Amino acid sequence: MTMSFVFQSLLNGLLVGGVYSLMAMGLTLIFGVMKVVNFAHGSLIMLGMYVAYWSVALLHVDPYVSILIVFPVLFIIGASFQKFLINPIINAPEHNQLLLTLGVSLFMENLAVFLWSPDYRVMKTSYAEINFYIGDITISLVRLLAFCFAMLLAAILYVVLTRTDLGKAIRAASEEPRGALLMGINIRRIYLISFGIGAACAGVGGAAITPFFPVYPYVGWLFVITCFVVVVLGGMGNILGAFVGGLIIGLADSVGAMFLPGSMKSIISFTIFILILLFKPTGLFGKNHA
Amino acid sequence: MPRPMQPTTHLRPGFGRKAWISLGLVLVALHLLPWVIPNVLHVMIMIFLFAIMGQGWNVLGGYAGQFSFGHSVFFGLGAYVSSLLFVNLGWSPWFGMLFSCAAGIVLGLFIGFVSFRYGLKGPFFALIMLAFAEIFHMIAMEWKAVGGALGILIPLEGNSPALMQFMDKEPFYFITLWMMVGSLYLVWKMEGTRMGLYFLATREDHDASEALGVDTFKVQMVAMGISAGMTSMGGTIYAQYLLYIDPDSTFGLANSVEIMLRPIIGGPGTILGPLLGSVVLTPLSEITRLAFQSYSGVHLMIYGLILVVVIMFLPDGIIGLVRNVFYKMLKRVG
Repeated sequence: MTMSFVFQSLLNGLLVGGVYSLMAMGLTLIFGVMKVVNFAHGSLIMLGMYVAYWSVALLHVDPYVSILIVFPVLFIIGASFQKFLINPIINAPEHNQLLLTLGVSLFMENLAVFLWSPDYRVMKTSYAEINFYIGDITISLVRLLAFCFAMLLAAILYVVLTRTDLGKAIRAASEEPRGALLMGINIRRIYLISFGIGAACAGVGGAAITPFFPVYPYVGWLFVITCFVVVVLGGMGNILGAFVGGLIIGLADSVGAMFLPGSMKSIISFTIFILILLFKPTGLFGKNHA
Repeated sequence: MPRPMQPTTHLRPGFGRKAWISLGLVLVALHLLPWVIPNVLHVMIMIFLFAIMGQGWNVLGGYAGQFSFGHSVFFGLGAYVSSLLFVNLGWSPWFGMLFSCAAGIVLGLFIGFVSFRYGLKGPFFALIMLAFAEIFHMIAMEWKAVGGALGILIPLEGNSPALMQFMDKEPFYFITLWMMVGSLYLVWKMEGTRMGLYFLATREDHDASEALGVDTFKVQMVAMGISAGMTSMGGTIYAQYLLYIDPDSTFGLANSVEIMLRPIIGGPGTILGPLLGSVVLTPLSEITRLAFQSYSGVHLMIYGLILVVVIMFLPDGIIGLVRNVFYKMLKRVG
């Protein structure tokens, strides 16, 4: 195993990790604000990928312009999901919300099988062939761009959450919903917007990797479990934690891929997951009390 | 130390003579079924099989309140242990089923020990079960000694009851029927014991029952053990009935969903819930599988729809609906 191979793997891990970060930030935002563990996050990623794929295939837009379509579409899907399905049972026991999102994801994924068949679809784009070389290390343009777009949206999300009134309202609603309500914040609207943003993060994350990743109805499961690992690692509801966690898991997966056969590479992140859940369920950056 | 109070039937409404007679009639009718309508045997076997495993999930999820998203780990373990013992060592699957059950219990207690010690519950427990199932899935895929991705083909050695191999479906019908009846009886008995009440107490309020002296860790471990053992035994029957297992069809996430949806839709935390859910879901999945052969996932789409409707409108499952309608009728009559 040469040095450049190690660097190559780590670089690829880091680039994918950035996308994990974005997807997981959406998941952790939804959890932080509504205390809903969104099992349908993988389906939202899948929908984002399909929207990007069809925009390119049917509307002939540039793959990276399709992100501008994916964001509003997924925002609307996420917000309606929240309004019509989550909101009516927002006060039910938490496992009911978990099961509801599981039901929705089963429905959406198999609807996708029904509508678009279970075939793997690969987006055809001229970018996919372009590579940069630094010494022995190859940087693929599409992976780099996916990373950059994910980082850009993650940065925008962070600025919105910390610097704007909307962000302040979202943070208030997640920390103390009743207090926020008393201060005149429209909690229902905040829930709607947060779910919309969370879904859009998932969708954009999916759209960003579509130029180099096949699209198929069950693709979401590859990412949703990773997203849970990232979210738990970073601390449930912690946006910055999810960001750092995504990069860590991306690197951990690439280390796994160096030593283990292909389908075993996620075993490292699963092991991290179990260890974190057992010994520090509040995550890397969480306080010790639950 | 005074003797612990013996639980009696006053903990729940007792069965009258009429109820016993009608139950007996149903059992007799089920025994005659293979000769009356032989075409439905496959569906009936699948109904009973998933009712058994759903009952296993129900003990942990419905009664003790720990929702597992990875019960396929026990199902798959049960299927693999007995099949490997049979294929490699020639051990009878009847014997293997005991090993499967034991292996399931050991794994269940291990997962329970690591998670319940740290008070893991709710979505975290659901996810850790999912993670364990995925890890077993990955290992089964990669490990060539257990068949790898191709799985295990169990050789059919003719009609030999001692090896749990039959040319006809009838024997499997009776095996699953009686195991299902056994699981119902076990849970019915369990409901009336102190431990059964501790399950409910732990589910309803973990901290309050702890404060009242219930050893919730032990309670959850017992529930996990029963649950894992029952589900593993179902895995053995499944492997012997279909004579082929692979990682996807055993450890896959779809199987966890199949197992847990039955009690949730039928009515979690009730004796008949898993069976009722299985009676509704199994024929549905078999029919859609036949009707949409090229789209293997359509039955899961319908499952998803039913799950959403049940969670939103019938949180107590179908049995809650039946009960409400029944009481309303009772009120109207007298």
